[in-house]
Amino acid sequence: MNRYPIWVYVTVAVALLLGALYTLPNFYGEVPAVQVSSAKATLKVDGKVMERVEAALKAGSLAPAGVTLDATSVRARFATPDEQLKARDTIERALNPDPTDPSYVVALNLLSASPSWLTSMHALPMYLGLDLRGGVHFLLQVDMKGALTKRLDSMSADLRTLLRDKNIRHAGITRDGNNVVIRFRDAETRDKGKNAIADSTADLQLAERQDGTDFTLVGTLGLPAQNKIQEFAIKQNITTLHNRINELGVAEPVIQQQGGDRIVVQLPGVQDTAKAKDILGRTATLEIRLVDDSTGALEGARQGQVPFGTELYTERGGAPLLVKKQVVLTGDRLTDAQPGFASDTNEPAVHLTLDSAGARIFKDVTRENINKRMAILLIEKGKGEVVTAPVIRSEIGGGRVQISGRMTSTEANDVALLLRAGSLAAPMEIIEERTIGPSLGAENIQKGFHSTLWGFAAIAAFMIAYYLMFGLISVIALAANLMFLIALLSMLQATLTLPGIAAIALALGMAIDSNVLINERIREELRNGASPQAAIAAGYERAFATILDSNITTLIAGLALLIFGSGAVRGFAVVHCLGILTSMFSAVVVSRSLVNLIYGRKRKLDKVSIGQVWKPEGKA
Amino acid sequence: MRRKPAPPYRLLLAPHPSLLTDHEMEFFRISKDIPFMKHALVFNVISLLTFLLAVFFLATRGLHFSVEFTGGTLVEVTYAEAPDVGKVREALTRDGFADVQVQNFGSARDLLIRLPVQKDLDSARVSEKVMGSLKAIGGTAPELRRVEFVGPQVGKELATDGAMALLMVVTGIMLYLAFRFEWRFAVSAIIANLHDVIIILGFFAFFQWEFSLAVLAAVLAVLGYSVNESVIVFDRVRETFKKKRGLTTPEVINHAITSTISRTMITHGSTEMMVLSMLIFGGETLFYFALALTIGILFGIYSSVLVASPLLMWLGVSREQFIKPQVKKDEAVV
Repeated sequence: MNRYPIWVYVTVAVALLLGALYTLPNFYGEVPAVQVSSAKATLKVDGKVMERVEAALKAGSLAPAGVTLDATSVRARFATPDEQLKARDTIERALNPDPTDPSYVVALNLLSASPSWLTSMHALPMYLGLDLRGGVHFLLQVDMKGALTKRLDSMSADLRTLLRDKNIRHAGITRDGNNVVIRFRDAETRDKGKNAIADSTADLQLAERQDGTDFTLVGTLGLPAQNKIQEFAIKQNITTLHNRINELGVAEPVIQQQGGDRIVVQLPGVQDTAKAKDILGRTATLEIRLVDDSTGALEGARQGQVPFGTELYTERGGAPLLVKKQVVLTGDRLTDAQPGFASDTNEPAVHLTLDSAGARIFKDVTRENINKRMAILLIEKGKGEVVTAPVIRSEIGGGRVQISGRMTSTEANDVALLLRAGSLAAPMEIIEERTIGPSLGAENIQKGFHSTLWGFAAIAAFMIAYYLMFGLISVIALAANLMFLIALLSMLQATLTLPGIAAIALALGMAIDSNVLINERIREELRNGASPQAAIAAGYERAFATILDSNITTLIAGLALLIFGSGAVRGFAVVHCLGILTSMFSAVVVSRSLVNLIYGRKRKLDKVSIGQVWKPEGKA
Repeated sequence: MRRKPAPPYRLLLAPHPSLLTDHEMEFFRISKDIPFMKHALVFNVISLLTFLLAVFFLATRGLHFSVEFTGGTLVEVTYAEAPDVGKVREALTRDGFADVQVQNFGSARDLLIRLPVQKDLDSARVSEKVMGSLKAIGGTAPELRRVEFVGPQVGKELATDGAMALLMVVTGIMLYLAFRFEWRFAVSAIIANLHDVIIILGFFAFFQWEFSLAVLAAVLAVLGYSVNESVIVFDRVRETFKKKRGLTTPEVINHAITSTISRTMITHGSTEMMVLSMLIFGGETLFYFALALTIGILFGIYSSVLVASPLLMWLGVSREQFIKPQVKKDEAVV
């Protein structure tokens, strides 16, 4: 009766094997490495960059332990931190000839030392949280009200232009809180105005109102429109943050949206919080200027004679470009930039939307400069970069601009991203900061590890002393549980924090409950006179219902923590919940397989090694 | 079975055969059901007293909430030589930090500086200014170990989220128990275990230990864990009601508690070993977390057995509630 069909043993063996495989990378430790990633959205890290890195290392007579290329970066491993530092400087000099204008982020990093065959099957070590590796954590609150009022202001400007273009006379457009209020002199004009506005935008919900002699229209942003604006604002802020954080040279920054209006920024290894805060809070500006295409000017500039009132820039393709100093428009006037396709040729294109004041200026400038080029520059820290420099084909009115021609759709994407990246769509505020020094992180790992180790040792010693063979089986099942838990955490690449380690320890302390239940039940069956084989079978079967019940109540608590917890609590909850699931499998299936293997084949079993089964006097 | 005398001591590397046969342990040798329910009233009075005491301390002293809940800044620094705490406090007060708390953390060389939310300061810059003030004191330079800044809005949210989590655990467990057993079980289990939660909080209020997010997690985890205990006793209560006829309700409960007591002690003992290990080796960060778990586990044994079961009795649990559907079955067979 205590035999499992072969497939159960095979399943258990496969699970144990997979568990061991995915736990393995955690034992290899880390090696120093240099990571090269792009500092500019327009630059991609590819095989060529890898070749340059390799060449630079060769020239500097440094022998890396391996150079690899992944989707966003090139990583070179080194044997010692000394070599790592030297290599960083060497690569930095080779890839960024102009230190004031770096094209690549060259950062120090620690990479898993696990062999490549493990990495190739996605067996990676657990991802350590900031409290274990040291670094800075920021939680930024995006001012959504600010984003909405900004949008409403530009909308009222748009409406002014619209009504003027349609020759509808109004008596003033103002923003009042979250509404746009448009006054008219009579009901007839108001109706006309209402139709015109409704035709041009679906975002505003219009209501008619009468205030004394004034006929007014009150425009409110509908809920979908509000959501769209907020979503756009947070996306743009994240993009902007990405660009800025690149400058810090952080190997693996985490920039994520949290909830509807918050952004989490985690910078592992960064200690200089002041610099990090400066960079997060800085604003970049976008400028639109005209290009000086007059004959001979460019040649002169390249020889060092830059004409008065112009500046020399380099285009993305590498061609020099002479740009006038006079600014036509700034990024404030740009309300949106999206990649798409040209309406006439169906080529990849970037669509810009300008606010009404911007549209007016743009219309005048384009009328006067047909067939000339204009440059869009991203100015950060006083330095400009040409994002794109298209030719003006015709007068462009209405504030909707399309840039197309000689672009791939990836390029269109990048340009749109850069155009949006210039400024933050809404102001942000740091509402949570956590800095952990690297020494503290290492100490935390030690403490967590020791807690788990000694706790496990104590439980193991007790279980074996008290339940003998069944105790040993329980301990093996508990060890398997620990392995499954670490393997799962490694597979999911969940972030391990100190509370997470505490949850691992606690999960083990609680998981032994199931085995105690089973062992006590078997003892009880034996006490009541059941044969050993029958006692084992009944013990496992009867205990299972109880194990299920007790794990479900614990799981309810874990889920509540997972849903409502944030930060430290969530790290705890994830491990807690996973630990309950793995313990069910290991305590019941793994331990039963072992018991069946040891005792199940014996026909005549007189005694099982489960410690003393004491029987009350008179019953024996 | 009687214990044989242990064989003479032998030096062996392989497991000694006596390990597998003779040194057998059985802590709980209980021949008769222990009449727990006879003393039910006493247990309930003890519980009520501890409970009221906990409520009293919670009301008069309140919890010492961590920065995570109150908002504010916490800076941990370490010095090569032990600094003068008074001087540091003085320097910080002079530099305009109101209500600053400076204390040693772990060792004399480590300092923990706590600041409430500063109204007139750019909140994100507080930690830098603190470090500036510390460096200006002179002596050995401090090394920054940890900064935690939490804005006031985050703190408020954490408090509501914590309350929501507690509410979800309580309703979730009650629904599950009501579905799996009976409403009387659900009510008595949750009262018994909430009484644990209040007692843990009472300890934290009395000693003014810091109540952090990790402690909250520990409290909720222990709530889920202690309910197990009640579940296991209840499981036996149900089983005994079904199996043995002619026993009174207190007798049934006594039997259920007696037959599960060894498991209860062993499981809780094992879990407590792990928690104790955290308490000893886990350092300052895990200390209060492990402490909350310890109190929770110890009171969990007591309450789930000696509070939940009497409550079950007072609520009028009886045999009829479990065997009704089975009566017909019996008749059909007979």
